[in-house]
Order: sequence, then C-alpha cells, then structure tokens
Amino acid sequence: MTSVRVNPDALSVLDRPNSYIGKTVPRPNLERLLQGRGLYVSDIELPRMAHVVFLRSPHAHAKIVGIDAAQARAMPGVIAIVTGQELAAVITPWVGVLSHLKGLKSAPQSAIAIDRVCWQGEAVAAIVATSRAAAEDAAEHVAVEYEELEAVTDMRTALDPATSVIHASLGDNLAFERVHVAGEVDQAFADSDEVVETEFIFGRHTGVTLEPRSVVADWNAAEARLTIYQGTQAPHMVQNIVALHLGLREAQVRVVCKDVGGSFGIKVHIYADEMATYALSKLLRRPIKFVADRVESFNTDIHARDHRCRGKIGVKRDGTITAFEIDDLTGIGPYSMYPRTSAIEANQVVNLVGGPYTSKNYRARARVVFQNKNVMCQYRAVGHPIACSVTEGLVDLAAMKIGMDPLEIRRRNLIADDAYPCGSPSGLRFEKLSHHASLAKLVKMMDYDALRAEQAALRKKGIHRGIGIASFIEVTNPSAAFYGVGGAKISSQDGVAVRLDAQGSVICATSITEQGQGSESLTAQIVGSVLGVSTDRVRVILGDTDMTPYGGGTWASRGAGIGGEAALQATKILRKNILDVAAVILQSTPDELDIANNAVVNASDGAPRIELNELARVVYFRPDTLPPGIQPELMATKHFVPREYPFAFTNGVQASWLEVDTETGFIRLLKHWVVEDCGTIINPQLVDEQIRGGVVQGLGAALFERCIYDERGQLTNANMADYLVPMSGEMPDIDVGHVVSPTLESELGAKGAGEAGTAGAAAAVSNAVNDALQPFGVTITEIPLTPQVVLTALGRV
Amino acid sequence: MKAAAFAYARATSVANALDLLAAHGDRAKVLSGGQSLMPAMNLRLISPELIVDIGELTELRGITVRGDVLVIGALTRHVELLKSPDIAAHAPLLVDAVAHVAHPAIRNRGTLGGSLAHADPASELPACMLALDATIIVRGPGGERRIAAEEFFTGIYETALAPQELLVAIELPVAKKGSVHFFHEFARRHGDYAIAGLAAQASIDGGRFAGLRLGFFAVGDRPLLANAATRLTGVEVSAAVLTEACAALDAELDPQEDQQASPEMRRHLARVLLKRGVAALLGRPELGAGATT
Repeated sequence: MTSVRVNPDALSVLDRPNSYIGKTVPRPNLERLLQGRGLYVSDIELPRMAHVVFLRSPHAHAKIVGIDAAQARAMPGVIAIVTGQELAAVITPWVGVLSHLKGLKSAPQSAIAIDRVCWQGEAVAAIVATSRAAAEDAAEHVAVEYEELEAVTDMRTALDPATSVIHASLGDNLAFERVHVAGEVDQAFADSDEVVETEFIFGRHTGVTLEPRSVVADWNAAEARLTIYQGTQAPHMVQNIVALHLGLREAQVRVVCKDVGGSFGIKVHIYADEMATYALSKLLRRPIKFVADRVESFNTDIHARDHRCRGKIGVKRDGTITAFEIDDLTGIGPYSMYPRTSAIEANQVVNLVGGPYTSKNYRARARVVFQNKNVMCQYRAVGHPIACSVTEGLVDLAAMKIGMDPLEIRRRNLIADDAYPCGSPSGLRFEKLSHHASLAKLVKMMDYDALRAEQAALRKKGIHRGIGIASFIEVTNPSAAFYGVGGAKISSQDGVAVRLDAQGSVICATSITEQGQGSESLTAQIVGSVLGVSTDRVRVILGDTDMTPYGGGTWASRGAGIGGEAALQATKILRKNILDVAAVILQSTPDELDIANNAVVNASDGAPRIELNELARVVYFRPDTLPPGIQPELMATKHFVPREYPFAFTNGVQASWLEVDTETGFIRLLKHWVVEDCGTIINPQLVDEQIRGGVVQGLGAALFERCIYDERGQLTNANMADYLVPMSGEMPDIDVGHVVSPTLESELGAKGAGEAGTAGAAAAVSNAVNDALQPFGVTITEIPLTPQVVLTALGRV
Repeated sequence: MKAAAFAYARATSVANALDLLAAHGDRAKVLSGGQSLMPAMNLRLISPELIVDIGELTELRGITVRGDVLVIGALTRHVELLKSPDIAAHAPLLVDAVAHVAHPAIRNRGTLGGSLAHADPASELPACMLALDATIIVRGPGGERRIAAEEFFTGIYETALAPQELLVAIELPVAKKGSVHFFHEFARRHGDYAIAGLAAQASIDGGRFAGLRLGFFAVGDRPLLANAATRLTGVEVSAAVLTEACAALDAELDPQEDQQASPEMRRHLARVLLKRGVAALLGRPELGAGATT
C-alpha cells in the first residue's frame, strides 16, 4: 500500500510514539476464530431449546384458504404448530415507511402470513420441534389449501391499469416516486454537440453470507425478559423493534451478538421469520432457535439492485458534459422492508448519478413498485453500483461518440481537487474529495498507455481486450439524515466506554459490531494508540445491549469513522484521568507525563515512571495512600455523531482489464485496480481487504449473480449450484492504492471503506467489455454480462 | 435442509451389497462418494428408505493394467484418477477431464462409478467413457454384464444399470502410441457443470485422423459420441471439411434449455468446441480461429 496524505496535520493523538494507526496489526480475534472457538448463533444450545422451521408458500401470490396441521401435530418431537393468526396474539404487524421519503407507502406486514401470501417463500406456519430434522419431517405433513391469485412480477407493467394491485388498500402498486430537477436540463441538451441515451439493466441479486441468518430467542417469564442471540449488524435497533412489537419496554429486551459470518447489509433488517421466532419464544415460554437453510436464505434474505434505468447524457465536442438525465424503475417485492424501507436504493440512485462531475444540469425520476417477489432492500453499497454504472456508462458512451479517450473526458469533467467544499446538483455536500489525484494515481498504477498499446497489438491477432474506468463517490459515516430524521429509531451515534482494570489492562465496550470486517481490531488499535498501551492489553467487547453503550452498530461504512472516533475521544479522557492520578502519585504534573508501552513515562525523555498495573493497584486497592479528596476515575465514556455533514463522502476510481472471447461470449478478468480515499487509514490490510472483498461482490454482480424468477414469480435458482457467486478461480488480482483526505469532522479523520469496492466494480467491467467490443460496433448495458448476453449482442446466437 | 430418516447398511462385500439391493430394489440407494446423493437427500429431492454404503469394499478400488486393458475400480476417487501414473500413461484424457470436475473437496470424495451411475448429462466422465471406448462392468443377481459406454447412458440421470445391479469397474483400451486427446468445457465458473464440453481421443497418421472419437457433453440428455467424426477421418481436414462436420454435428444435437444457455447457444458452443478441438488435435491453430457461425 502506498498513500499520499493530502492534509498533513500537526502531531495528533494518533501520531504518538508506537502508534498503531496506519499499521497492519494481527486481528485480536484471529486465534479464537482459527481455533474454532468462535461462538455463532448456531453454536448456542440452551436448556429446553426448541427449533423452528417455517413452512413457506410455494406460490408468489395466493389466498390461504385453510391450514390443516392435525397430522403434523401428532408427529414425533413436535412441540407446536403456530399459524399467523395464532402468533398475532403476541406480536403486532409493522409498516416499512419513513417520513422523510415523502409519499412512500407500504402495507402492514405480519410475522407469519395470515390470510394471504405475497411472495414465494413467505412463511405460512411455524413448526416448532425438538430438532430441526423433526420439524422438517412434520412440515411435510402440514396441509395448506391455497387459492392462487395473479402474481405481479414484471416491474415494467406493475403500474399498468390492467395489472392487479397487490395491496388494494394502497390503491396502486407504486410504493415511492421521486423527481429531482436541477439547472437547465433541456437547454443543456439543446446546447450539446452530442446526446446519448440508453437503458441500463441490472439483475436482481442478493448478498450471500457464509453464515445464514440465525436467531435464538429466549423469553424468561420469571424475569419478564427476552434475550435474543442474533447475528445482527444493529443490536440496539433490534432491541427497539422487538420491544415495540412484542409490547415490552426496551429494558426487557437484551440483544446479544457474538460472532457473525458475514453480513453485507443482509443482516441489518428486521425479517418476518426472525420476528416470528422472538414471538414464538414468548408464546411458548422457552428458547427457540431459527437458522435459515440455504434455500430459504435465497428466498427470504433481502434481494437488491433489480433496476432498469434509462440514462441520457449531453456532451460538447471539447468533452464538456452538459447534463445527465435518468429515469429509474425498480421492483421491491410486496412490502417495503422494515424499518429502513425499500425506497433507499432508488433514492440513492437519484442522489448519486453524476456525482463525481461538475455538470450542474440534472433531471431524475425514480419509481419504486411492488411485486410478488422476495423483498428488496439495502445491500452493500446501496444504490451506488446502479448510479455508478449508469453515470460511468454514459460518460464512456459520450466519449466514444465524440472520439475522446475515456481518461481524458474524465479529466475534463471531474470536480477539481481544490474546489471543496462544494455540492452536487442533487443536493449532496462534499467536504473534501480527490478525484484527480486518485485518477492520476490509478493511471500510474495500471500503466495506462502500455495497456492501450498491448490492446492494439492483440486486436490485430483477433484477441479482444478492453480497459474500463469508473470514478465513484460513496456515502459513509451517515448522520441522522439517513434514518433518524424519517422517524426510525436507528441510532446514528455510537458510544465507547473504556476502563483501566486492576492490572493495567483496558476493557473497551463499543456499540459498533463485528461481522468479520475488523471492528474489534480497529477499536483496539485506536485505544492502544491513544492511551499508549499495547493492543494485547486491550480487550474489546461488542454486540450486547446490556453491556455496551447505545449506538447504531456497523453498517453504511460507519463503524470505523463513527465508532472509531468515539473510541478515540473516550480514550483521551481515560488517558487524562490516568495522568491526573499519576501526577498525584509521582508528585508531578500531568503535562510532564505521558503514557507509553504500558507505563507512565516522562513526557520529556520517555523515562519510565510508574507501570500502569502499579498505578491501578494503588487506585483500586490502596486509595488510602492518595492525598485527601482525590477520587480517581479510571473509566470514561464518549459518544460521537457527525454534525457538520449528513454524510462523509469518499471517492475513488476503479479500472478493469479483461478479455472477451467473441466466439463464446466468455469474459476473462485479467486485472483490477482501485484507488480510493477513505481519509485516515487505521489498518491498511483491513482497508485493502475490505476494498478487495467489495470489488469481488461487485464483480459477482457484473458477471455472475442473478436471482432468476419466472413469470409466475418462482425463484428458480435458489441454491449454490445455480446461483453463481464469484469464486477465486475467476477473480483477477486486485491492486489497491490510496489517497488520504481525512474528514475534519472528527479528530480521527476516518471515513468508511467497506463499500467502495462494490460501488464501482461492475461499472469498470461493463466499460471494459464495451471497450473490447468497439471493433464490433456493439455496446452492452446489462449486467450480469453472461456469455448468452454477450453472444446475443454480437449476433452469434 | 435435513434428510428424511433412512436406514443405513454398510455392505461387507459386493455379494452383500447385491443381496441388499435385491431385497430393497429401487427403495434403496447406493452410497459411493455421496457428492450428488447427499445434497439430493438433504434437499429432500429423494428420500430412499435404505442407504447401501459401499465405501468399505476394497475390491472395488484400484487401477490396474492388464495387457492392453486398463481396469479402474468403481470406487476410484477423482483425486486418484488425477494422480495415478497409470492413468497419466494410458488414459491421459481422464487427467485433463478430472481437473474440470468440481473442486478438490469434491474430487477427494467423489468416485468414478458414482459419477457414471449418476449420469448427469453435463458431467465430464461419462463423455470421457464414450471417447475412450470404455466398457462398463456391472454385477447383479444374474451375474456380470459388460456394457459398452455408448449403450450405458440412456437419458438424464438414466443408465442401463438396473436397481439390483452395482457398477463395479470400467475397462478402457490403453492409449496407443501416437494417440492424442483434447478436453475442454465451457462453464461459467471453474468447477461448475459445463454449458458445453468435448472429450476427444484420436489417432493421427500422416496429418490425418486415423481414428477420432468425439464425446460431447451438456448438449443433450446424455453424452453424445458424435458421428460427425467420420467426416473428419481419413481425409485432409480443410476449413470447408470442418464446416461440413460442424453442420453434421448440428444435426446430431438436441440441446436442452437451462438458465445458462439456450439450445441455440449450446449448438453454437458445440461447433466452437469441434473446431477448436480438431485444430488442437491436428496441431493446426488456423482451423480453430475465426468466427464460427
């Protein structure tokens, strides 16, 4: 990794001797996970625990005429079979809307369907038994009589008068519409030398987590308290929602989140089957475990990205982009998800298109429609891959039209690095971005001119390689503007409590969560650096609403930037408190002292004065030896939320180098480059691997992943053989470089890095494919770019 | 995703396995490597009453050369095919093919006999059996049957094997001096089932095919030994001859539609495979280049 620090600051708390900031240090949880001592929800066994299996609808849309569970109830091991009607006694339905998404509507959703099923996979009954196998056996003997209803499956016709309305009470199938106009769009197009217009198609796909969604809910009637063990990204959000719908106070709900096997935004929502599991525990007064199997994961984990977006760009012959226009349509399933809603992705598309560029003329419409398919909601890089593919696809088409190199058109239109702070035509505010520095670095890393020469030479031999570039912006560190202002009780602040234990080690409780991205590591690095102790002296506690401060958790690339700053500020206080007491013990002043290598030292010459364990011993066991009136405080808590900017935007640019076999339609990815700017880098390896992992998920969307529904609303590839996740064999080497523009909102200066890779990967690949196919006069604006799509475009089949 | 309850018997000998199969018929399933059977059971696509585990039958293991014949036990695992010096020397096509079969974890468990008996039309080894002119040896209550590979595969997951019979071994003629082979498949990801594939074995004399066996897979309901090969045998292969062979191949195909490819695309890819395969076998790259229609 190489990096350029754009805003060198004075020596900060992060630049202390032996700082861990900017260093790759081993993850504190590595040994535990590698030795198989992780604790996932599946590992949890409680006394009297029962297992729930959900009988799921085979139809996309049907009336439930009757459920006969008599035979199943008599099967071995069966404890209870519960219908939606029966469960409604202990849990209320919900509606996934937020007030800041004006006009967004949805229908009440129940934990288990009551009269009607609205997608294939919606639960119609819960079978609770002594084991998962016994429950599956019994599920085969629950007879449900359905009356099939017309299924709304094609988003393009969902709003037609002839199409049936899924929720009669809503009047139509339109969930949300947003129109945004900035500048003089028509005039700009009229003044353009060329206008290019096309439709971009994005396949519906999902985020496949290694560990499926899992819950153990344990209602303790004696305490009137529900303990939920769940792999979730947002424990306090779950606590709030559960309390609200089960008629409890939040203090009666504890959410414990131990190890989580991947989330990607899949595990930040409230799912009906999880709600049913909580409710079943209360109803049956015993612990209930639900672990989704792979088939139900595909049928019920949120899907994303099912968009068709018309895009238009105007350009002058000198390369100046005059205007962008989009008309986006997306189908979200039968309900807007709870509590974050399913309008966010389309809203983000409107926000982000054209974002890296100076053009001020922008018109956008986004429509979100209901369908009888699985629910769609926020998945890694929400909306960004759509916006980036549309924007960068249009920019390349414009460049092709005027015969300009794709790098050159970007150089002429990207917002200048010294233009900040500034805003976008959609109303976004940018504190400090580095598009040009990033692009310059990318060009150097990939040796652009040499690649172009290689491409030209190979073309003569009938080998068709392409280069694709994609600049992007990325929403990170969201403030309350994301959800809170719309009425969702999803915290945008996070808190950290640090305390010195009696032997001079640090216990740190944080409200951010860990799903594998390194929250535990980065927290330990910050605490260790700011305090002056080694990370093996820092124990980080996460994921427990009884034990940690209140906060949002880990999603929307916020853990490091927000939770990390809270850790920094809390540790600064602890450090001050330690130095105060050290000054008393050493008959010195706090200014003359520092902490380094687990000891209080002289600030001047670094000479050790008192070990932290000795200081702790005095404070905890011999306070009688301190002067009168001294009350040491070796615990500190701080919370942080960004206040200046609604979001800390990051930026970056990606490039893809690939080969298209024009006889077979197969695409071989040869190399991928990313330069991104997430501000302060806490742990370079974690950042780089977040980028790489994100790129791989973006490449999955570009080439492989798609939930294939038939016209009756049946998901036809709900398994790992037919749903193609990206695998290492097809992945190129991914080189990552950085430009560093820290945010001044926080002392830490970190912005998010978890989603940048996903934002631009597919756009870079699509542009590279079209670059490779230039000799054939063919452009493709549809992903996934399957061999069938490529061969069809080439007219070979 | 838990299998329904089933009874389990570990066969102690081939005779014992045959007794169990005779007693239970199609209510029993033979467990070999389990790489297709277990997922199907866990998905409850099938719920056999009895599993007959033949995993301990050492008599079904082993690779031996008897004169001009290579004998491979049914329980030979993919990884053993990949690493065997006898296979490398006498049936190198199998080494190339096995490298395309799924992933190491699956190759460590999956067996040759299991793959052939399962008869997935998109899997590699059945087509190799056609190309290598294999004889499939099965044993049943009535004794041993020897079935030519061409007669063995009868449809999607269907073979000439009766429910009471056990596939015990295969026999291949050892590759003659001067023989060449070609294996390629088009799959979305490495290790996936092919969209179209070709396993070919040939002997070349004076720049012409003296013998050519083309085993196509994933382009029909069973692996196909293409008659189009006769058009290429004993003649000077030109671009025009190859185009004719492509047309002949096309007439033999009856490809299925699935999520990866339309029938038309499978036909197209089969033609590309034929051209590229012939070019590679003859060492004449120019035959494989250029657009294929």
